[in-house]
Amino acid sequence: MTSNENRLKTKRSLMSLIQILVPIAFLLILVVINLIHDPSFFKIGLEPSSAGNLQLSGNIISIVDYASELAILAIGMTLVTAASGGQDISVGATIAIAGSVVLNIVKRYSPDISSQKFIGIIILAFLLSILVSAAFGAFNGSLVAFFKIQPMVATLILFTAGRSIAAWINNNENISIADPRFGYFGGFIPGIVIPTPVLISVLCMIVIAVVLKFTNLRLYAQAVGINSSSSRLNGINPQIIKLLCFIILGVCVAVCGLIKVSRTASITYSVIAANIELDAILAVALGGNNLGGGKFNIASSVVGAYVIQFLTTTLLNFNVSSDAISFWKGVAVLALIISSSPYIRRTWTDIKNKREAARAQEQVQPQNTVKEEGV
Amino acid sequence: MSTNSNLLGGNKLKNRVMLSDTNLLLIINIVVFLVMYVCAIVFLKSGFTKPQTFLNILNENASLLILSCGMTLVMLTGGIDISVGQVTCLVCMACAVFLNREGGTPYDLEISMLIAIGIGLAFGIIQGYLVAYLEFQPFIVTLIGMTLAKGLTTMISHDRVAVTQPRFEALCKLEINIPCGFTRTETGEIVPLYLGSANKLGEWVNAHVEIGVIIALAVLILLFVMLRWTKLGRSFYAVGGNNQSANMLGINVKLTKFLSHVLCGLCAGIGGYVFFLHSRSGSTLHAQGAEMNAIASAIIGGTMLSGGVGNIVGALFGVLSLSTIKSIVASLGLQDAWWTNITVAGMLCIFLILQSVILSRRNQSKK
Repeated sequence: MTSNENRLKTKRSLMSLIQILVPIAFLLILVVINLIHDPSFFKIGLEPSSAGNLQLSGNIISIVDYASELAILAIGMTLVTAASGGQDISVGATIAIAGSVVLNIVKRYSPDISSQKFIGIIILAFLLSILVSAAFGAFNGSLVAFFKIQPMVATLILFTAGRSIAAWINNNENISIADPRFGYFGGFIPGIVIPTPVLISVLCMIVIAVVLKFTNLRLYAQAVGINSSSSRLNGINPQIIKLLCFIILGVCVAVCGLIKVSRTASITYSVIAANIELDAILAVALGGNNLGGGKFNIASSVVGAYVIQFLTTTLLNFNVSSDAISFWKGVAVLALIISSSPYIRRTWTDIKNKREAARAQEQVQPQNTVKEEGV
Repeated sequence: MSTNSNLLGGNKLKNRVMLSDTNLLLIINIVVFLVMYVCAIVFLKSGFTKPQTFLNILNENASLLILSCGMTLVMLTGGIDISVGQVTCLVCMACAVFLNREGGTPYDLEISMLIAIGIGLAFGIIQGYLVAYLEFQPFIVTLIGMTLAKGLTTMISHDRVAVTQPRFEALCKLEINIPCGFTRTETGEIVPLYLGSANKLGEWVNAHVEIGVIIALAVLILLFVMLRWTKLGRSFYAVGGNNQSANMLGINVKLTKFLSHVLCGLCAGIGGYVFFLHSRSGSTLHAQGAEMNAIASAIIGGTMLSGGVGNIVGALFGVLSLSTIKSIVASLGLQDAWWTNITVAGMLCIFLILQSVILSRRNQSKK
């Protein structure tokens, strides 16, 4: 019995290992292609910026830097996908709202305040944007949880209205913040050589890892995603879990919003974080997670996010025009997804099973049973 | 006695369920649309009484109507297609570049129509195959299709391409008047009387529709007949309602799903050409967000994303409601672009909650 359980456990961990291996394999293919094409792609330099501070530079650094938002979003999107069996397509629009709130608060209070308190104002603005986007997350979540609307459709509402609400908050003015310290969150903090978005995304990953380690969130989210009504019979409240996942995604979105507006110190309502929802969903799919809910692997999705950014940078490095990038990206992702499709997997296991059966027939019967017990 | 009462109860239940799903949602939508339009006529007066205002809504949204019809088909089988907007964009660009090329043949116009249908069918067949036979999630497949179409459009041309082909322009400018009776002129001839309104000078101006509206209505009627009275149409409902029981009834589930995507792709091709006829140009910015508008119209029209419930007529009224509320907001003087989006979102929200409430009540009554 215990050996059986052990076997089940090792099988399970093996499964999750295989799941994360798919995006990593894709990453390795990209690395090899780049190595053959141009080994200097991987050069990492330490150069002084215009202000005289040392900063890391190079293609790899910029990939890791620009994939930060996507990685943070992939965390929340994986949870939402697992618990609700659908995706949130309003994240781009909510990023616009969160960024708009941050800029509004900073612009409103920064002129009157002494320069020491500037960081305090940014933190206040950030907390407020967390509140706002968590509230929007709760709106989406309650539509999904209490009204049982499909997540993609429920978030279609905010997808339609979000950018308009963002423009409304600031009366459609183009706000820009001149203070260089506002750019710390999307650039470099003086004295630290690593880009701040990377630090923030690592922090987010640590937080979610700790949460998943010490709470039952993983188990509950998976249970709700696999079978909502049976999890209810087991004493889990599926509605609260779904709501919680959407609120967590809302917090992730607020973090992304801060990074996005900090990068440019301004906002363009119709362009900011455009199509990021599609990339985030792709990251979850690339990570081998079932988009219909259930079991999930956040690390795998995060690797998927980096793969997407790596692919974009590689294509740019190959002098593919920026217009054609989306085409080649589509082709690459299609190839990856076809290779990991349930149909192909099933055919593969069918072939394997047949081969094993043939082998078993060749061997003598007692030997076969002994072998099975040994495993 | 007991069987008799059971039978009666069964009949009652049946009637209630019949009203609760497709028809009720559709009726609510039609009522909301009519109330909205009557309110606009009573309170706003600015042109809503003219038939041309109503027909302009149709003129501008003919392609959206075709896209919504295709979307309804896919949603009936429980799938979704978010590539239709970009396919529309691709069709416009491909046809515009084709018609503008040097040294055309006399049959360019017909060939461009074939190109449009071919692009739509190609996307439909590939996506349908991936969804039905390789069992991918429709959302992901069509997401990739959307990215592919977007990339292809920009690879053909970055710039706006205006079409100057004379035969094409003649087709675009074709205006069709709507006859609504006959009158006898002073000389005694019988002349058809057209729908229209008097302008400020007191002259009678005939209201007109574009050729696209005729195509859209033809598509609508064809699909309505197909869904209502053909085996294939009924199997769409069966597959969307319950996959496994449809399979046990002997319906080829995979083929049905495949065909729904192919038809949706075909609709995207036709809709793209209608958009092209209306805009007379190709641009990378055409039909942005059209897929979301199409999904929204289908939902407002009473089609459920879970599949099996819906009506193609709902797509028509969904499009009408959506565009009427847009023109009401515009004529209220709320010129800022955000008001339109916010009202559309609010309307979508109300209809979604309504759907969910009706669905949960129906489930309760079943128990």
